[in-house]
Amino acid sequence: MTKRKPAEVSMQILFLLCGLVAVAFVLLITAYLIAAGLPAIRQVGLASFLFGRTWDSTNETDPRFGILPLILTSVYGAAGAIVVGVPIGLLTAIFLAKAAPPRLAGLLRPAVSLLAGIPSVVYGLVGMCVLVPALRAWLNLPAGDSLLAAILVLAVMILPSVIDLSAAALEAVPKEYEEASLALGATEPETWFRVSVPAAKSGIAAAVALGIGRAIGEAMAILMVAGNVANMPSLLRSVRFLTTGIAIEMNYAAPGSLQRQALFSIGLVLFLFIMLINILLSLTVKRGKEV
Amino acid sequence: MKKLAFSLLAGLLLLAACKSGPPPSGLTGTVNTDGSSSMADVMSALQEAFREKEPGVTVNYSGTGSGAGVEAALSGACDIGLSSRRLKSSEKSKGAVAYVVALDAVAVVVHPSNPVRDLTVEQLAEIFAGKISNWQALGGPDAPVAVYGREAGSGTRGAFEEAVGVVDRCVYTNVYGSTGDVIGNISANPNAIGYASLSSVRDGVAAVAVDGVACGEDTVRDGAYRLQRPFLMVASASRPLGEAAQAFLNFAQSEEAAAYITRAGAIAP
Repeated sequence: MTKRKPAEVSMQILFLLCGLVAVAFVLLITAYLIAAGLPAIRQVGLASFLFGRTWDSTNETDPRFGILPLILTSVYGAAGAIVVGVPIGLLTAIFLAKAAPPRLAGLLRPAVSLLAGIPSVVYGLVGMCVLVPALRAWLNLPAGDSLLAAILVLAVMILPSVIDLSAAALEAVPKEYEEASLALGATEPETWFRVSVPAAKSGIAAAVALGIGRAIGEAMAILMVAGNVANMPSLLRSVRFLTTGIAIEMNYAAPGSLQRQALFSIGLVLFLFIMLINILLSLTVKRGKEV
Repeated sequence: MKKLAFSLLAGLLLLAACKSGPPPSGLTGTVNTDGSSSMADVMSALQEAFREKEPGVTVNYSGTGSGAGVEAALSGACDIGLSSRRLKSSEKSKGAVAYVVALDAVAVVVHPSNPVRDLTVEQLAEIFAGKISNWQALGGPDAPVAVYGREAGSGTRGAFEEAVGVVDRCVYTNVYGSTGDVIGNISANPNAIGYASLSSVRDGVAAVAVDGVACGEDTVRDGAYRLQRPFLMVASASRPLGEAAQAFLNFAQSEEAAAYITRAGAIAP
């Protein structure tokens, strides 16, 4: 092996530095969130913070900082988005990867990618102007802003990542599996559902995990359709997510106040949620590769 | 030579004609103001206008809340405190002196199709505390009431809840992060009722009379409209204001500043 050129060495150092910067930011943000989020949790008490049912941060006589409604809303919201969005996304992916004529698939694929590029505020705007009034009229509610509206918006928002990843996983299934199935007399749909989907399951699981991550982390779109009152979650009532809980009160939370510190604590909880989902995601992907 | 003198004279005349109002007094210094976050718009308008009038003076503003502002004015941490509520008697006894620079009115708004156009303060209290849930009880159609409000900490929310006497007792259907959101959502929902500062009431929503008094600049000024609060500048009686601070306070109360205050959405007293 010849001696390495100086240019090569310097580029290697540059790349190393770039990598370190990214890691440093992650560590910095983690450290900051923990430092900023812990004081309020310590003051309020971990149990009454996580399991308190009332969030009333500016009450003059008896402020309450319970985020159970926010946690449950985020969990239910993400779960609802998965329940509504994944079946649609998976069937779309099967259609795109297996059933659609190549020319139609060639048209639909970019359309799905375009869906991923729409800013979340636009989803929120459409939800606010179309979905919310429609829900109010259909269900005869006082107002249409509700967990249901948020779930529907989130379901549409997770579609692109679910479709893209699932379709890629389905396309990666070896042709021989499907040909063998067809040769044994299975129909095409039977082959897709009994052979292709099980063979692509780790990729599909990754798609679902990514969808959960996006649903938990979304703020802007659901801020516009969820109503933002910290009720215990119920499908047709106004609800507040972990993300929107921070977003809506940050404007006027006085620096140094317990309210502001508690908002950082919500951020810390949200961060832990996202970390958990990411770990889950990398585990499913890794297990899929080992199989 | 003659020509030069003529053009010089003409130039001077032109300069004098262009210049309106008194020239800057040459005052220099810094005025620190601290307090109500609801006064942010009014303060930024006043700051901008005062910068043109007295370029040598820098006016700083930090929105920490009315209580903190009065406290800072009393302790000397700032020159002028800003409060969007009347002074408490405890603050007055510590020597706080208030000057009214503007009035802020909170309008109660409903969807234009809603026939209810007059509510008493007691009715408002019942609606916002969640005791009235159908418009029929108020002489409207048989439809549920959707109570819209602002997020915790908002100055408009504070002003409304205080004026109606429902502080910390409101049961909101939805809360929104800005006045624009509240107005926009009310204009899209016939069941809705909410509040917003008077200046942001526009087409698409209807303002409701409170105790029979319509919300307007005149009724706010003469005190007939009840849902209002003063924007105060607060100084300490024991500590005389500096020259620059006094000039800013005088300016804020002047006829000249009234136009800027109106443009910022408040009502000049």
